[in-house]
Amino acid sequence: MEKFTTLKSRAIPLNIENVDTDQIIPARFLKATDRKGFGHNVFRDWRYKKDGSVNSEFVLNDAKYSGQILVAGDNFGCGSSREHAAWAITDFGFKVVVSSFFADIFKGNALNNGLLPVQVSKGFLSDLLKLIASNPQTELEVSLENQTISVKDSEFTEDFEIDAYKKTCMINGYDDIDYLINSKKLIEAFEAHKTY
Amino acid sequence: MGKTLFDKVWDSHVVSAIENGPQILYIDKHLIHEVTSPQAFNELEERGIPVFRPEQIVATADHNTPTLNQDQPIKDELSRNQLEQLSENCKKNNIILYELGHKYNGIVHVMAPELGITQPGMTMVCGDSHTSTHGAFGTIAFGIGTSQVAQVFASQCLLLTKPKSLRVSVNGKLKNGVLPKDVILYIISKLGTNSGTGYFCEYAGNVFEDMSMEGRMTVCNMSIEMGARGGMIAPDETTFAYLEGRKFAPKDKDFEKKVAYWKTLPTDIDANFDKEYSFDAADIEPMITYGTNPGMGIKISETIPVDENPSFKKSLAYMNFEAGESLINKPINFVFIGSCTNSRIEDFRIAADYIKGKKKADNVTAWLVPGSKQVEAQIIEEGLKAVFDDAGFELRQPGCSACLAMNDDKIPQGEYCVSTSNRNFEGRQGQGSRTILASPLVAAATAVEGKIIDIMKHLN
Repeated sequence: MEKFTTLKSRAIPLNIENVDTDQIIPARFLKATDRKGFGHNVFRDWRYKKDGSVNSEFVLNDAKYSGQILVAGDNFGCGSSREHAAWAITDFGFKVVVSSFFADIFKGNALNNGLLPVQVSKGFLSDLLKLIASNPQTELEVSLENQTISVKDSEFTEDFEIDAYKKTCMINGYDDIDYLINSKKLIEAFEAHKTY
Repeated sequence: MGKTLFDKVWDSHVVSAIENGPQILYIDKHLIHEVTSPQAFNELEERGIPVFRPEQIVATADHNTPTLNQDQPIKDELSRNQLEQLSENCKKNNIILYELGHKYNGIVHVMAPELGITQPGMTMVCGDSHTSTHGAFGTIAFGIGTSQVAQVFASQCLLLTKPKSLRVSVNGKLKNGVLPKDVILYIISKLGTNSGTGYFCEYAGNVFEDMSMEGRMTVCNMSIEMGARGGMIAPDETTFAYLEGRKFAPKDKDFEKKVAYWKTLPTDIDANFDKEYSFDAADIEPMITYGTNPGMGIKISETIPVDENPSFKKSLAYMNFEAGESLINKPINFVFIGSCTNSRIEDFRIAADYIKGKKKADNVTAWLVPGSKQVEAQIIEEGLKAVFDDAGFELRQPGCSACLAMNDDKIPQGEYCVSTSNRNFEGRQGQGSRTILASPLVAAATAVEGKIIDIMKHLN
C-alpha cells in the first residue's frame, strides 16, 4: 500500500448526498479479475450520457475543477461492498475523499487502499463546498499526522478522527495482512481452545 | 450487566486486541463468489501466501451468471472468464465450489442457509454487503471488501473495531397483506439509510419471533440498507427446526449439544444497547419506494413527501415522479421477483397464491428468478411453475439476475420495475432503469394489474 502523510491539492466538489457504490462504479464494470483500470469508468453514468457523449454538467467534466481531493455530500459510499469503488476512485487519481459521513464498508475499503476518508462536520462540509464552488483554485491541505484539513492561507480548518492503528498503517504503508500473518501463532492457539 | 446476543457471539470470537486499536476477530465461515474474490486470490499468489483454512470456505457462482440456458457455455467473454477463474482458484486451493448448474448452486445468501452452512453463534463473512442475511440465525454475518477477503484467506481472521449495538423492536399484530419485506422497508423509511452505520442491529419483538426463517432472512438482508453492517435475530425453536437435518447442520447428539449452546445466546434481560427504537406492528402497511435509495419508502396508500433538499429533488427527477403524488395506478411494464432478499420458496408460494387463476397484464414482462437450484426444484415439485406458466410469468434459472443486472437481465432505460430486490439506486437494474422496491405480494399484484394497486383495499 502507498504511504500517506500530507497532501496539498485543489479539490473537486460533488455536492450530492447518499452517493452509493453503484454510482461510483456500476455493476456492469465489475467483470474484471484484476484491480487496475477502474478509474476509466468511475461515476460512468454521471460522466457520460446514455449515447456515450460527455455530460458536461457533471462536476468531474467541468474543466474549472481539478485535484486529488473529492469533497462529497453526506453518507458517501453507501450500498454494495464492492472494493472496486475504492479502486476506481484511487485509479482516477484521488487520494482523499471528504464527507460529513461515510458508509462503514466503503470507509474500510478506502483505508485498505491508501485512500484517506476525511470525515468533517456538516457545517464545515457545507462551507467547504461553497468555498470551492466560488473559487475552484482553492487549495486544501490534509495532514494525516496532525489529523487536520485546512484551506491554504486561511484560518478555515478542522480536525478529523481516524483509528490510531489505521493511521499508523497509512503513514507507513502497512496493510492488515502483514499484521494478521504475524499473529498466526495466536490464531492457531485460539483455534485449539475455542469456547463455542 | 448482561450481554447482548451480539456481544456473546463477538466476544467468543476475539483472538486478541491491539492496544488502542482493533481486535482480531476469528471467522468461522467464509463464503465467496466470482466477482469479489479473483483479486484476493491474485494478491495472495503475488505475495506467496497460502490459503490458511480452505475447509472453512464455500464458493458459489451467482452475481454474473445467466438465468437462461445455464447448461450452455456463457456467451459473454468477461463473465465466462470470471467463472473460469473462480473454478480454477477453488480447485488450486481445495475450496468447495457449487458451480453453475450444480444442484446446490444459487445466490450465496440463499444456498448457504439452505445447506445448513449458516448456524447460530457463528461469525461469517462474504465479499457482498447482503451477507447480513445470515444474521437471521443469530449469526454475526457481514459484508467485506476484497482486501478483507484476502485477509480471511490468509489468516481466517479480520482486524475490526467492535461496532456499537442497536435494537429495533416491533411488537403487535401485522395487518393482512403485510410481509417481512414491508416490515424492513417501513423500518428503513423511518430511520433512514445511515441510521445503522457503525452499529450491529438486533431485531426483537413478537413480529420477528413469529416470522419463518425465510421472513427473518428478508429482514436481516436489508440491515445494510440502513447502514448497519449486520442484523441479528435470536435463535429459537423456529431456527433449530429449520436447521435440523440440513446437509451441513450437526447431526444427532452433536445437534442436541449445539442446540443447548444456541439456547444460551439470546440477549440477557439486563443487557444494554447503545441505541433503541421500537415500532407498533399495527402502523405498518404494504410499502413501496419512490426514490433512489431504500430509505425513500412510503405506504402504498400514502403520497410522496415534499422536500426541498436538492439530493431529494434529483432523486425524484430521476424517477420522473412528483412530490406529493400517489403511486397508485402508475403503469408498470416490468416486474422482478428474485434476489437474495426475496427468492426463497416462501416468496414464490406467496406470489403463486395470489396469481393462481389470474393472468399477468399484457404490458408486463414478469421475471421470476429463484434464489437457488433447490428453490427452483421445489417450485416445480410444488406445482407453482404450472401456476406461473398459466399466468404468463417467466420462471428463469437461479442467480442474482436483475437485482444488479450484471448479466443480461436488464430493465430498459426509463422503464419502471416493481422489484422484490433490495436497492433502488440509479441504474441498479440497468442503465437508466427505475426501480420500485416492494414485497413479492405487491410485485405479483402489479404484474397482474399492469399498474400499482392499493393491495390492502384489494385484499379486503
